[in-house]
Amino acid sequence: MVNGAAPLLELQGVKKYFPVTKGLIMMKTVGYVQAVDGISFTIKQGETLGLVGESGCGKTTTSKMILRLEVPTEGRVLLEGKDIQDFKGEELRDYRTIVQAVFQDPWSSLSPRMRVRDIIAEALVVNRQVSSEEVKNRVEEVMTQVGLHTDQAKNYPHEFSGGQRQRIAVASALVSYPKLIVLDEPVSALDVSIRAQVMNLLKDLQGEYNVGYLLIAHNLATVRYMAHQTAVMYLGQLVEYSDTEELYKNPLHPYTKALFSAALPSHPDMIREEIVLTGEVPSPINPPSGCRFHPRCPFAMDKCSEEAPVEKEVAPGHLVSCHLY
Amino acid sequence: MATAQGEVILEVNDLRTYFYTRTSVVKAVDGISFNLRQGETLGIVGESGCGKTITALSLLRLVPKPAGRIVGGEILLHGEDLLQKSEDEMRRVRGQKISMILQDPQTSLNPVFNIGNQLMESLALTHKEGRKNLFQRAVESLRDVNVAAPERRLEDFPHQMSGGMKQRVVGAIAMSLEPDIIIADEPTTALDVTIQLQYLRLLKDIQARTGLAIIFITHDFGVVARMCDRVAVMYAGHIVEHGSVRDLFNDPQHPYTQALMDSVPKLEEKVDRLYSIEGQPPLLWDLPEGCLFAPRCPHARDKCQEYPPTFDIKEGHTADCWRLDPSW
Repeated sequence: MVNGAAPLLELQGVKKYFPVTKGLIMMKTVGYVQAVDGISFTIKQGETLGLVGESGCGKTTTSKMILRLEVPTEGRVLLEGKDIQDFKGEELRDYRTIVQAVFQDPWSSLSPRMRVRDIIAEALVVNRQVSSEEVKNRVEEVMTQVGLHTDQAKNYPHEFSGGQRQRIAVASALVSYPKLIVLDEPVSALDVSIRAQVMNLLKDLQGEYNVGYLLIAHNLATVRYMAHQTAVMYLGQLVEYSDTEELYKNPLHPYTKALFSAALPSHPDMIREEIVLTGEVPSPINPPSGCRFHPRCPFAMDKCSEEAPVEKEVAPGHLVSCHLY
Repeated sequence: MATAQGEVILEVNDLRTYFYTRTSVVKAVDGISFNLRQGETLGIVGESGCGKTITALSLLRLVPKPAGRIVGGEILLHGEDLLQKSEDEMRRVRGQKISMILQDPQTSLNPVFNIGNQLMESLALTHKEGRKNLFQRAVESLRDVNVAAPERRLEDFPHQMSGGMKQRVVGAIAMSLEPDIIIADEPTTALDVTIQLQYLRLLKDIQARTGLAIIFITHDFGVVARMCDRVAVMYAGHIVEHGSVRDLFNDPQHPYTQALMDSVPKLEEKVDRLYSIEGQPPLLWDLPEGCLFAPRCPHARDKCQEYPPTFDIKEGHTADCWRLDPSW
């Protein structure tokens, strides 16, 4: 199944520009926020792609385009080879059931006025013709799978702890047998001792359902644990994209290296070279010329401010956009 | 790494802070003891609700009233018990002796005043001088936290600054009265990783320059490994293990510390399956009898029905666990 013809999800040169306007009545567009600027990647069935980057780099805009909550300015998002912008009616309803999302904060992502069984069943009831008996059985089945008691089905979200709420969110994403789940920082709001529980759960369920994950995270260790492939984003562009193990053993792009060196050590005796980036991420309204990373890059050359680097395949499946390679 | 050879400036003995609700007593901090030396960094690690922040607020006597009350223990700052001080005297401790940096710089700065105003407000507490001099001092203190073009930045309002920059300003305000101790309550949780590293390095630099003692409250063992000299691990209002950073990382003794360390994914190596601690931290108004970690502990036996005493493992390394008892 994994080696099928079309990948589960494919992004081809996707761009999203938000206009910046001036004036109230005579609105004039004075510029664009280049939130996502030409990114391409694929996710295979049953695999996880980790998308790493700092806040404001376009991770969430990317996930919104995949969920069809934003329309790309340019480029295409393909699900099993079909452009998701072409979906209408029945097809769109199907799309909504097979692509699901789990968000960061389980306190705000679950409706406080719905019982857990209704939250979980929603994707089934809204999009598919199923009998109430089937719904009940399916809800109980997923609740057991995510480690909740079925007699908690009638409770409201406030009666659960953070880790349990995130399990409810996972259950409601899984109930409609999705093919792809967008996980937007799924564990960063949880306590340390609960994170491992949820990460292990997500990994187990991936095996059972053969579902693909797009994992958006800023914690590099989480991504290493969960993801098969990793893409590093900076200011709306992918700077490096590779198999996770290859990337973590051999990071090439200066930004990736800086990110790795900024990650905190797991032991006090671990001494490593810390590449401290100067300054902060520039504004995406007026991104720097040439390579977008050059004003903060410790290895910047003259060429970097003039010419945007092209993506190069330095090893099989390991893509880097940098003039150094 | 800073040397931990300075004199003891803060000593906390058997501190208890309880919250009284209509139906129950919440033992947020239940008998903790530690000390802090000049120029060292003490990490307080634990999950949310374990009492880290209430410990910090107790040190400043800022526990939310009337529900919260410090019901026992002593907090000795340079030998004087803060719990015996009057509210007026406490006002002179806060900021001038002990200062605090909170997690979210967005909410700790006032949105309707510019940065200069807020910095000068705290500077004016100790420096009774004209506006011009205060402005100069404010410029200096911003420069100390590596803010570029401080004269111009003082005119800015908080919303015009990035998160990392705002946290620097909060740091500058906390440092402005030259306190002996800074309590940093998860100061980098809201920051991006590359900005986090900048900030942690800045704190270390300032500490090396001024001999400041830092109490670093965090849930992240990475921050502990990078920043701290000693660590106290808290669980449900108790310090369950306490020791130097190396002792704790090389030889953790309490099952909770061990489990926490095993359940964090590592950047340096591929792990196939993480260890996960089953269950949840206990509810503070409904604590189990005996050892509080026993219901989640893989080693628990009958003996754990009784709260263990603090066992010495070696000089400066202690843990509350029956497994350290010779009769186990």
